[in-house]
Amino acid sequence: MFLFEHFFELTLTGLALGSVYGLVALGYTMVYGVLQLINFAHSEVFMYGTFAVVWTLYVLGGTPTTSTGGVIGMLLASLVIAMVVSGGVALLLERVAYRPLINRNAPKLVALISAIGASFVLAEVIGLRGRIAGALGLDDNIGRFVQRSRDATGMPVEIVPQPVVRIVDYTVTNIDLLVILSALLMMVMVDQYIRRSRLGRGIRAVAQDPESAALMGVNSTRIVQLTFLLGGLMAGAAATLYMIRIGVTRFDAGFILGVKAFTAAVMGGIGNLRGALVGGLVLGVAENWGSALIGTQWKDVVAFCLLVLILLFRPTGLLGESLGKARV
Amino acid sequence: MADPVLAVNNITLTFGGVTALDDVSFAIQPGEILGLIGPNGAGKTTCFNVVTGVYRPTAGDVSFQGQPLAGMKRHQITRLGIARTFQNIRLFKSMTALENVMVGADARHSTGVLSALFRLPRHRREEREGEDRAMELLRFMGLQAKCDELAANLSYGDQRRLEIARAMATKPALLCLDEPAAGFNPVEKRTLMTLIHNVRDQGYTVLLIEHDMRLVMGVTDRIVVLEFGKKIAEGSPDVIRNDPAVIAAYLGVDEESEATDEPAITDGGDRAS
Amino acid sequence: MSSTASASGSSSARERRSFRTRISALPKPAKLGLMVLAALFAYALPLLEPPFITTPGTDFGGVLFTVAVYMLVALGLNIVVGYAGLLDLGYVAFYAVGAYTVAVLTSEHGNWPYLLAIPMAVGVAMLSGLALGAPTLRVRGDYLAIVTLGFGEIVRLTLVNTPWLGSAAGIARIDRPPSIELFTIPHLNWDTGVPLVDFGQTTIFVRFGVLDLIPYYWLALTVIILVLFGDKLIKDSRVGRSWEATREDEDAAELMGVPTFRFKLLAFAMGAFVGGLSGALFAGRQGFVSPQSFLLLLSILFVAAVVVGGQGNRWGVMIGAAIVAYLPERFRGFEEWRVMLFGAALIVLAIYRPQGILPPRRTVRARRMEQEIEELEEGTEEEGARG
Repeated sequence: MFLFEHFFELTLTGLALGSVYGLVALGYTMVYGVLQLINFAHSEVFMYGTFAVVWTLYVLGGTPTTSTGGVIGMLLASLVIAMVVSGGVALLLERVAYRPLINRNAPKLVALISAIGASFVLAEVIGLRGRIAGALGLDDNIGRFVQRSRDATGMPVEIVPQPVVRIVDYTVTNIDLLVILSALLMMVMVDQYIRRSRLGRGIRAVAQDPESAALMGVNSTRIVQLTFLLGGLMAGAAATLYMIRIGVTRFDAGFILGVKAFTAAVMGGIGNLRGALVGGLVLGVAENWGSALIGTQWKDVVAFCLLVLILLFRPTGLLGESLGKARV
Repeated sequence: MADPVLAVNNITLTFGGVTALDDVSFAIQPGEILGLIGPNGAGKTTCFNVVTGVYRPTAGDVSFQGQPLAGMKRHQITRLGIARTFQNIRLFKSMTALENVMVGADARHSTGVLSALFRLPRHRREEREGEDRAMELLRFMGLQAKCDELAANLSYGDQRRLEIARAMATKPALLCLDEPAAGFNPVEKRTLMTLIHNVRDQGYTVLLIEHDMRLVMGVTDRIVVLEFGKKIAEGSPDVIRNDPAVIAAYLGVDEESEATDEPAITDGGDRAS
Repeated sequence: MSSTASASGSSSARERRSFRTRISALPKPAKLGLMVLAALFAYALPLLEPPFITTPGTDFGGVLFTVAVYMLVALGLNIVVGYAGLLDLGYVAFYAVGAYTVAVLTSEHGNWPYLLAIPMAVGVAMLSGLALGAPTLRVRGDYLAIVTLGFGEIVRLTLVNTPWLGSAAGIARIDRPPSIELFTIPHLNWDTGVPLVDFGQTTIFVRFGVLDLIPYYWLALTVIILVLFGDKLIKDSRVGRSWEATREDEDAAELMGVPTFRFKLLAFAMGAFVGGLSGALFAGRQGFVSPQSFLLLLSILFVAAVVVGGQGNRWGVMIGAAIVAYLPERFRGFEEWRVMLFGAALIVLAIYRPQGILPPRRTVRARRMEQEIEELEEGTEEEGARG
């Protein structure tokens, strides 16, 4: 049957996809751990990263004929720019849509409403960028960036996966390895940062007990900003890997991925950084296996059903701990 | 002797590594006012939470009028006849005083969607009864003039009294009051003492947590003392006042009274009649 | 805050509150009379064709119908979100279930008459509400939002992928409500600047056809009035109080004897009832249904309508729904910007006025007390200003 014939293909491509989910899930899990808030607009933070990748490539003059070395260089530049852009959007989001509410201890429902509003505004700005550019009377030179705002936007450079090693039914490509390994690497870096650095300790302190943390002199505003920033940086990295692997984005590309990344965060144990990665990988693989079993058109349903089931039967998630608990 | 209203039998409660309650047992007789005292962190509110079904004990059981409470849902326990107030006032802020108390009265009602929609006799009867009972309780608490005031807008003292009225509206046999005098000035405390006696005279049994020794000594019939989750003494106020274990438990907390030359445990000199 | 700023702020609040207090302070027969007049006006609205309100280029009756359906949905969602405090981001699922049940029963699948299909649609929607609520209402508040969102999408994706339900194309040839053609009513015509009775533009009472959508609007309006009555009767009872207590402080409510889980489930069922009913009306008017009409975006717009209007306030959410449904139709260019503007509105409202345009009403007596207090305060303010 399809699943068994293509087991390794499904599993390995699932791991690659899951790595992207995991990186985005980090953002959800960190913000929830520190603020007990679902950052509904994190999906747009990711989406802006994807556009940053494409636009950077436009600016750098990437074309389908650019040399491999050139492409690699441009992608590295895009990675940096995407991380900066996503980080920036995350900080903007915190400042505009959340901080006023956090400061006055608003109920979670109100914060969620603000988050939903922010998500839509951010997505629509991209979806309407053509109209906005027109309304502002901007130069025709930016036509390439804003035309056909509602349609999908692809990568201007060609990325051809090179085979690396064959495992039974599937030839693993360099892209697969790149995605999985870089995601793992970034995950480890964030994890180490949270565990060892002063600011990382501050994040854990605020997650565990905001009042005591404040008494200890931890500036909670700075910590919240840092949390959003870290999540944004990871989303930008995820966006780059996503564009390398999938190659296409749209103003609403964030939404589905966001829900799946949130599912991954919950599956791994919300507030648990390692859980975000584990959850992402499990979800990526499960989705692929699921679609092999019941048909690809049900792929998204798999994610939603998993989410509902996890929340019902094990709301603490697979790894079950939270950001606040010190890990020995 | 009649069956105790509440029998707490060997309750132990541990969370994580902490033993919040360790083999605590006591019983409350009908019509009694029992005080539960102890230094901070002794487990008093935890005990309340076990009795009202908020926490499940790790070991031991609680029975109410002979019926074990194990496994019952919180609202079922309330319907059985145990009601409580909260240490940090938990009124329904956006509802009026009258509506708050009527929610309590609703515990004894069963009007559902159909009765409400078609204004069936059951709805009409229960609404009238609920409103009458609520107004009566508000009058008893001296709050009748503020019945349409939002709970959030009431003064602190009024809010505390409203919480007691709301709990009483559920027609409990046992009323559990968690630090009802917190934040009160001496005059208000004295009024509260009279109120608690009046409540008992109306036929309720009262379990009371309080820090103010004068109030506890003055209002209760018997006292149970907890320290670090264990019961260290039980008896009448006079007995407790002189119990060395109790004095020792409070000795550490009593720098202030040493400084003012007051005895470690004050007597019930201002006993309300 | 400067004293002038607070004075002007409170004076407009004063005026607003005084208007509402004045209205509610009227004697009962006067209030009843006003309500009947308002209802008559609502029915007559599409016939009157008032110049600034009618929608150029789109059938006004059709727009009013859409507004009415959104209002109905908002009323249903208000029970779930506003009364019981349960954030449901997948409410469109109940709407879809109602619509598709009517579709399946009245099209060639079943050939049922439209009116018989409505109770079935409502019943199936309620069942789905119970099925969704039973496992999920034990889950924490913010998680509930995501679970309901997931459920809404699961329903939509199932519709898209099930051939028996028409897949992406949906189901067509849905039965219309039954017509009884009694008499003809002319519209008003304002072309000359003066209202003239125009016998060229007429509506047949009552024919549910394709061109003239006004009878559908009348049907929806009648349903709204019935639901409003039911809503008020249920809210002003033990059920309404239990919902409010659960919303305010679920743990305290339980300890006061409120069976909160049961009431949360009831709120879901009631919300699903109204949602399914709206969907059934929508299907009858549209004649076909497809998954495209039930996007997640719609759930979010519904929530926006409820929050913007004032959750917990049945009139507020109707105003919110009217804004969400009417503005894009009236200002055609607006359609494109609709989602972005509502998103911005949600942020602004969440930060500056989370209670919405019309916060939940309180009892008449409570408001009268507030007014007395205000008058006392105004007295001291003036004295302070003078002194």
